[in-house]
Amino acid sequence: MSMTTEATIQELAAQKYKYGFTTDIEMEEFPKGLSTDIVRLISAKKGEPEWLLAWRLKAYEAWLKMEEPHWARVHHPPIDYQALYYYAAPAKAAPKSLDEVDPELLKTYEKLGIPLNERAALAGVAVDAVFDSVSVATTFRETLAKAGVIFCSISEAVKEHPELVRKYLGSVVPAGDNYFAALNSAVFSDGSFVFIPKGVKCPMELSTYFRINARNTGQFERTLIVAEEGASVSYLEGCTAPMRDENQLHAAVVELVAFDDAKIKYSTVQNWYPGDADGKGGIYNFVTKRGACRGRNSKISWTQVETGSAITWKYPSCILQGEGSVGEFYSVAVTNSHQQADTGTKMIHVGRNTTSTIISKGISAGKSNNTYRGLVKIMPGASGARNFTQCDSLLIGDQCGAHTVPYIENRNSSAKVEHEATTSKIAEDQLFYCRSRGLSEEDSVGLIVNGFCKDVLKELPMEFAVEAQKLLAVSLEGSVG
Amino acid sequence: MLEIKNLHARIGDAEILKGVTLTIPDGEIHAIMGPNGAGKSTLSYVLSGREGYEVTKGEVIFNGENILEMEPEDRAAAGLFLAFQYPVELPGVGNANFLRTSLNAIRRKRGEEELDAVAFLKLARAAVRQLAMKEDFLKRNVNVGFSGGEKKRNEMLQMAILKPHLAILDETDSGLDIDALKIVAEGVNALRDEKFSALVITHYQRLLDHIVPDVVHVLAGGKIVRSGPASLALELEASGYAGLEVA
Ligand SMILES: Nc1ncnc2c1ncn2[C@@H]1O[C@H](COP(=O)(O)OP(=O)(O)OP(=O)(O)O)[C@@H](O)[C@H]1O
Ligand SMILES: [Mg+2]
Repeated sequence: MSMTTEATIQELAAQKYKYGFTTDIEMEEFPKGLSTDIVRLISAKKGEPEWLLAWRLKAYEAWLKMEEPHWARVHHPPIDYQALYYYAAPAKAAPKSLDEVDPELLKTYEKLGIPLNERAALAGVAVDAVFDSVSVATTFRETLAKAGVIFCSISEAVKEHPELVRKYLGSVVPAGDNYFAALNSAVFSDGSFVFIPKGVKCPMELSTYFRINARNTGQFERTLIVAEEGASVSYLEGCTAPMRDENQLHAAVVELVAFDDAKIKYSTVQNWYPGDADGKGGIYNFVTKRGACRGRNSKISWTQVETGSAITWKYPSCILQGEGSVGEFYSVAVTNSHQQADTGTKMIHVGRNTTSTIISKGISAGKSNNTYRGLVKIMPGASGARNFTQCDSLLIGDQCGAHTVPYIENRNSSAKVEHEATTSKIAEDQLFYCRSRGLSEEDSVGLIVNGFCKDVLKELPMEFAVEAQKLLAVSLEGSVG
Repeated sequence: MLEIKNLHARIGDAEILKGVTLTIPDGEIHAIMGPNGAGKSTLSYVLSGREGYEVTKGEVIFNGENILEMEPEDRAAAGLFLAFQYPVELPGVGNANFLRTSLNAIRRKRGEEELDAVAFLKLARAAVRQLAMKEDFLKRNVNVGFSGGEKKRNEMLQMAILKPHLAILDETDSGLDIDALKIVAEGVNALRDEKFSALVITHYQRLLDHIVPDVVHVLAGGKIVRSGPASLALELEASGYAGLEVA
């Protein structure tokens, strides 16, 4: 990927920021750093009710008492939390047209086959100027409304459906759950809210992409999805193109709640700026994602393709409370250059006959480090619980690292836990075999890597899978030879 | 036409090819025989551009082009095909997908139009039938879990679809049952015309009963030590390689 370009964009963005602060009064109201005042300001700016402000403040108090975790296999210089901005209007830094966007970034979009107007949106061009999809968004909303599905930004939900937000916000990831979740709870900017009522199958795949107003929700995104009895939904997060983004630290929280027989499928393709070839810059992605299978035979399925970010710290998890509930985690994590990923899942079996499946594919290239870290926990009451875990690592070159850290805690003798792990290299003979059949070296790597990830990619919605395949190839460009 | 002139090649410090000279005119089929470790597979890898094989002397001209300068994929586009002695497994890569990606990569390089999925499948199914393979071969992953003979047949399937100008068959007959041997021979014979040529590496006369070569060469100690008509293979089968090796 075009590292230098991204760096230039970052530089440009940083410059614009600087100007913004000397000339813009609105910006001066939100200075650097975090304090109760800033938390109050954020809440006031969004016109939030008293209970939510209190919730944020409590989270902030908890955060103050916590320590940044250091158990993951990632290294970074200390983060100065007082040097960050916790509320900034992103439009201020947005380029006005595609002409202002770095041509290299646009070239990458082209390679990925992203349509022209989407490219503009991805590059952060002020959306209403170029993006003629208001009508698309409207028909979309109407269809959903007819089905009784609520799909809006979390800020909107706070205003329109306060009782639902109040009931479920923090019910899966409590405000003080961990350092980054607490930070998010205190200062979250925006995110998505999805509510699927009893018995409703959401008539379409939901994607943040359609919700223009929720793009650029920035560093502290908050998503909440609730599926009532017998409801089902498939939700897509992110996009397959590198996002222009000037925030260094991302700490998102995603909460899912599934009741009896409900199904939630949550797919992510994350391709944020990974830093340059020397490991400078790049997003720190510290995310807490957790789903609660509260009802009988409910199912939560996480699928992720993580190719971006300088550091990925992410463990989408399932709490399997309901009898017969099912948790799944399908993951592809690619690291190249100096990227570091420490990702995996936690499957907490609480109810009887609960089952979980974990398929993790880690691909490391360059000087990167890729760690699978997973916990399978069987509680005493989880009779007949089953887990199957498969962790495969693929190494490209000999300067990268792959690590597998599976924790298993089984407190019920009738439960069955299986774990398989492999580590392999892209073999020279595989590359040569492909090339002798006319494929370029890069296409050969792409093909072999896609083959390696097949079990995960097939879990993605069709269209997404095709794009993810291209993305894998682009992410690994220049990793061989 | 393929012209190999005084080709020397080494792997690491070991010189394996020590001056191979060989010309295969269009339309001809040449067989190479020779003892284990003589350098037959090495020759096939050098011709198709595998990394780690250093050419220290000599040249290889294929249809007027010096192919030693070319990447393996460009040699494939130029019409060179190697049926591997040990075909490689590609887990998770569907056979049909691999074949189509490969065919279209070559067509693209040649400035020809790519085949869409429907046209490709028609072509592939016909080839599968001709090789008497089960149709689920196309759905399976490339060579994964294939028996030895099935892998060799899969190489022939690729050859049938890619339609090379020059095919190098490195012991494609090893591990094949009698019926499969005939099918493979038919596959090669089906491509035979005044443009197509082949270099057939084998240890056994029985393949040459079905693919009758124009010339038989003996490679020993990194050199062609003898060349002759098809009957040379029979002679070798009777007498072995003793006395042919050069020190
Ligand atoms: N990677 C390598 N490193 C060192 N020596 C090698 C390597 N590959 C092959 N050789 C040696 O090169 C010589 C020629 O090997 P090659 O595979 O070309 O023989 P061959 O004629 O194809 O034999 P066979 O009939 O058994 O297939 C052998 O002595 C082999 O051990
Ligand atoms: Mg050999």
